[in-house]
Amino acid sequence: MRKVYHRIVQIAGNVITVEAENIGYGHLAEVTSARGTSLAQVIRLVDNKVFLQVFAGSRGISTGDEVRFLGSPMQVSSSKNLLGRIFTGGGIPRDGRPEVKDDMIEIAGPSVNPSKRIIPKNMIRTGIPMIDVFNSLVESQKLPIFSIAGEPYNQLLARVAMQAEVDVIILGGMGLKYDDYLFFKNTLDEHGALSRSVLFVHTASDPVVECLLVPDMALAVAENYALEGKKVLVLLTDMTNYADAMKEIAITMEQIPSNRGYPGDLYSQLAARYEKAVDFDSAGSITILAVTTMPGDDVTHPVPDNTGYITEGQFYLKNGRIEPFGSLSRLKQQVNDTTRSDHRAIMDTMIRFYADFLETKEKQSMGFQMSSWDEKLLKYGVLFETRMMDLSVNIPLEDALDLGWETLAECFDKTESGIKHDLLEEYWPKN
Amino acid sequence: MQDSNKGKIVGVNGNMITVEFDTHVIQNEIAYAITEGKRLKSEVIRVRGNRADLQVFEDTKGLKVGDDVEFTEELLSVELGPGILTSIYDGLQNPLPDLAKKSGFFLEKGVYLKPLDYEKEWDYTPMVKVGDEVIAGDRLGWVPEGIFKHYIMVPFTTKGVCKVTEVASAGKLKISTTIAKISNDKDIVTEVTMVQEWPVKIPISAYKEKLLPQETLISQIRIIDGFFPVAIGGTFCTPGPFGAGKTVLQHALSKYAEADIVIIAACGERAGEVVEILREFPHLEDPRTGKTLMERSIIICNTSSMPVAAREASVYTAVTLAEYYRQMGLNCLLLADSTSRWAQALREMSGRLEEIPGEEAFPAYLESLIASFYERAGLVKLNCGETGSVTIGGSVSPAGGNFEEPVTQATLKVVGAFHGLSRDRSNARRYPAIHPLESWSHYKSIVEDEKINFARETLRRGNEVNQMMKVIGEEGTHINDFQIYLKSEFLDFVFLQQNTFDSVDAATNKKRQTYMFDKVMAILKKQFTFESKDKARRFFLELRSDFINLNYSAEGTEDYKKFENLIDKKFEDN
Repeated sequence: MRKVYHRIVQIAGNVITVEAENIGYGHLAEVTSARGTSLAQVIRLVDNKVFLQVFAGSRGISTGDEVRFLGSPMQVSSSKNLLGRIFTGGGIPRDGRPEVKDDMIEIAGPSVNPSKRIIPKNMIRTGIPMIDVFNSLVESQKLPIFSIAGEPYNQLLARVAMQAEVDVIILGGMGLKYDDYLFFKNTLDEHGALSRSVLFVHTASDPVVECLLVPDMALAVAENYALEGKKVLVLLTDMTNYADAMKEIAITMEQIPSNRGYPGDLYSQLAARYEKAVDFDSAGSITILAVTTMPGDDVTHPVPDNTGYITEGQFYLKNGRIEPFGSLSRLKQQVNDTTRSDHRAIMDTMIRFYADFLETKEKQSMGFQMSSWDEKLLKYGVLFETRMMDLSVNIPLEDALDLGWETLAECFDKTESGIKHDLLEEYWPKN
Repeated sequence: MQDSNKGKIVGVNGNMITVEFDTHVIQNEIAYAITEGKRLKSEVIRVRGNRADLQVFEDTKGLKVGDDVEFTEELLSVELGPGILTSIYDGLQNPLPDLAKKSGFFLEKGVYLKPLDYEKEWDYTPMVKVGDEVIAGDRLGWVPEGIFKHYIMVPFTTKGVCKVTEVASAGKLKISTTIAKISNDKDIVTEVTMVQEWPVKIPISAYKEKLLPQETLISQIRIIDGFFPVAIGGTFCTPGPFGAGKTVLQHALSKYAEADIVIIAACGERAGEVVEILREFPHLEDPRTGKTLMERSIIICNTSSMPVAAREASVYTAVTLAEYYRQMGLNCLLLADSTSRWAQALREMSGRLEEIPGEEAFPAYLESLIASFYERAGLVKLNCGETGSVTIGGSVSPAGGNFEEPVTQATLKVVGAFHGLSRDRSNARRYPAIHPLESWSHYKSIVEDEKINFARETLRRGNEVNQMMKVIGEEGTHINDFQIYLKSEFLDFVFLQQNTFDSVDAATNKKRQTYMFDKVMAILKKQFTFESKDKARRFFLELRSDFINLNYSAEGTEDYKKFENLIDKKFEDN
C-alpha cells in the first residue's frame, strides 16, 4: 500500500516539491491533477523535501494535487512486441495501439565494463563517397551530424539508416517538428523498415521534460537488443534540443551555470548517452548516429563542442554537402586498411589537394595571377566537388576510389601526387 | 565494523550526498553509503557543523534520506605491491577484467575487488639481514615482475630509522606474507609484507632529493624530440580542439616513448580509445625488450560514462602508481587523457557544493590543484643513490579549442613543454598537428641548439613569406623568398610530419632522427638557383616525394638505399 501525498509545497518551472519520507533518489511518482495523470521523477532530496520533475509539465498542477510514489526508477519494456511501435518520450504509445508492459527494464543503466568491449572492425557502407572514402562509418561508432537549421540533416540521417545493414533501427526524436516525425515514419514505412524499428518521439509541442527521457528510453531498448546479439542503429535527432531541455531544468533547480547557461555536467550527461554505443565482446552492437544543430553555425557553442569531444568524429553538413574539413571519423583507421590498399592514400591525397585548391581559389578571388600549378588545382577542385562531394552521388566505395585515381590523373602527374611509389605503380591510370 | 563512525543521509543531489553524523569525521575520509545491501564508496569533501557533504563514486539512484553511512577513518588509498604492471584498473584501482568476470557486461555498483592477486606466489629474494638499519623507501628484497626487479620497500609511512629484526628467507611467497619485521627507536615492531597502502592525494616523498631534469626522453616522434623535447622527469601538456589528434599522439607516445613504464590514465574520455590499448598492447612487441608492450604498462581507465567522482580520483591513482615504480629506480611516463575532464569533474562537484564559481564556473582552487598534480613529476635521487623519475604528459581539451580557457592557462604555467595542437594543421592533414610556431619547450633537444634554431628560423620566415604571398601574390614574391617558403614547407613535410599509421614512419629512433635532420639541414642551408618559381616548386616537390618514401623505408633495405641515392643526386645536381 503506497502512501499518497497531498501537499505540494513548491512549484517552480516543471519542478514540484512535496514533503515525503523514505523516497529513493531517481524514483518515479505519479502526479494526478485536474489535467490528468503524469509521471514525475525525483531529482533532489533535501531532508524531507522531495523535488520532482513532472514529465507533462507543471502547468495546471494545484498545491493540493495527489502525488503517489511508485518506488522504482523509470522503466521501459524489453519485449519483442516493441518492434514497429511508436512511443512518446514517457513510453506512452503514440500509434493508438495498446501499451506494452511486459519484461520491464530500468533505463539509464550502468556503463559497460571497458574490458568487455572489442575494437570495432566492420565498416558500415553508405554509398556516399564523402563518408565511405573519406570518413568511413564503423559499426558501434557514435557519430553526430553537425549542421545548422535548414540543412537536410534528417534526410541524410534517414538515407544512411536505410542503406545501412542493421537488424534493428531505433529512432529517438527530440523536439522534432511534426513534419519531420511524419517524414521518418513514412520513410521507414516505404522501405519496409518500420517492422524492425522502434520509435521514441518527442515533438516540439510535447512537454519538455519528456524530451529528457528520449535518449535513455531509446538506448535502453537498443542495449537490450544488442545483448541479444543484434546489430542496432540508434538515430538521435536533435541532441541540441536535449541539451536545451537539460539547461531548462538546471536553471529551474538554481544550479550554477557553467557556459552559456548550460549546466556544468553537460559533458558527463551527453557522454553517458553517447557512450552506450558499443561493440560487445560476444554479443551485438549499438551504433549511434545523431544530429547536433549548431546555433549560428558556431562549432564552439557548448553543445557541439562537448559533443565533439565525446563522439568518435562528426559529419559536418553545410550547404547540402558533407564538408571534408571539420568532418572526421575517428574509427576510419580501424577499417580503411582492409578495404583496399589504396584507400588511405586516396583519402589523404585528395583532401590535401582540395585544401590547396581552396587556398588557390582564395588567391584567385583576390585577383592574383594563376601559376600553372594553380590552374591544375582549380581544375581539380571543381572535379572533386562534383564527383565526390555532391550528396546525390551514390556509388560503392571501390568505384569511388577508382574515380579518385581518374580525377588525380586528369589533373596532376605521378610525382606531383606525392603518393607512395608502389601504389602509383598499381593504381595510377595507364593512359 | 561495529565501532566505526556512522551517519545518516539527509540529502541527495546528483552524486553528492549530505550526511548527518554524531561523533567526528575526517576531511577526505572514505565512507560507505549503504542502500539495499549495497555499499557505495564515497569521500568526505566538506564538513559543516554536524553535516558532511560526500561525493559518491557510484550512481546514486535509489539512495534514500535516512540510509546509513559508515565512515572508515581512512583516506582514499591504493594498494602497492607486485602485480600492478599489466593491470587494468578503474579510477579506484578496481581490476576491470576481474569485475567483468564477476558482474558481466556492465559495471555493477557497489562491487569492489582487491587490486592485487593475493594467491599468486612470487620468487622472493631478500636484500637485508637482521640488524641492518633502514628508513622509509629502503629496499628489503625483490621479486621478478615481468622484465623488472620489483623491490619490496620499507613502508613509505615509516618514520625515523628502524632496525631489521626478522627476515624471511628466499622462496616462493604470497604478497600477504611477512617478509621482514622492523622495529623503531621506541621498539615498536612493524611487520612488512609485499603490499603497502598509500593515500593517493599525497605525494610519495621517500627519496633523497629532487634533481633537475636534463636528459631527453626519446619519444621517437620527430617534431617532439627535435623541436619540442620532453625531459625524463619533466612535464608537458597537449591542448587541442577535438579532432586535432590528441589521442592518436598520446597512443603513439605510449607505444614508442623510451620509458621503462608507461601508465595510461584514461580520464573521462571515450571507452573506445582505451579498448584499442587494451586489445592491442598485449600483442604489440616492445622492440627494446622483445616482450609485449603490456608488460611495461598500467592502464587506469575511468571513461566518460563511468562515475564522475571516480574520474577525479583516477589521475591521483595513476600518479601514485607512477611514484611507486619510480621508487624502484625506474623511469615512468604518465599520460593523462584528458586533464580537462578531471577539471570538469571538479567543476561539477564545486557546483553541487554551491561554491562561488571562478572563471567559466571552474572552482577558484583549480589552478593550485593542477599545479600540485604536475609537481608530482620529477627526477629524484633515491636513498640508495639510484635515480628514478616520473614524467607527466597531460592532454587538455579546451572548450571551443580556445587556449585562453582556465584549464589550459593553469596548465601552461606549470609544464616544461607545450605541444599545442592546431585545427588548421589537422584540417590540412599535417600530422602530428603540433603547431611548430606556437609550441615551446624548456628542455634539451636531441639536435644541437644552433641547428634547431636555424630550422625554426626557416619555419618562421617561410610562414612570413606565405602570409606575404597571400597579400601580394606569388608573382610579386622574390624568388629567394619563394625558395625560403618552399624550404620551410619541405622541412614541415619530411621532418615535422610523421605518419603514425605507417609501420616504419610511426617511430624514428634517435640515430635516424639526427641523421635525417642533418640531411634536411644541408638542403635548408644550400642556396639553390632556379630559373623560375615553377621549376623551384617542381624541384622541392620531387625532393619531398623521395624523402617521404625514404621515411617509409626501413633502414638498410633496397628502397632505403634507392631513395637516399635519389636525394643525394638531386642535391648535388642543383
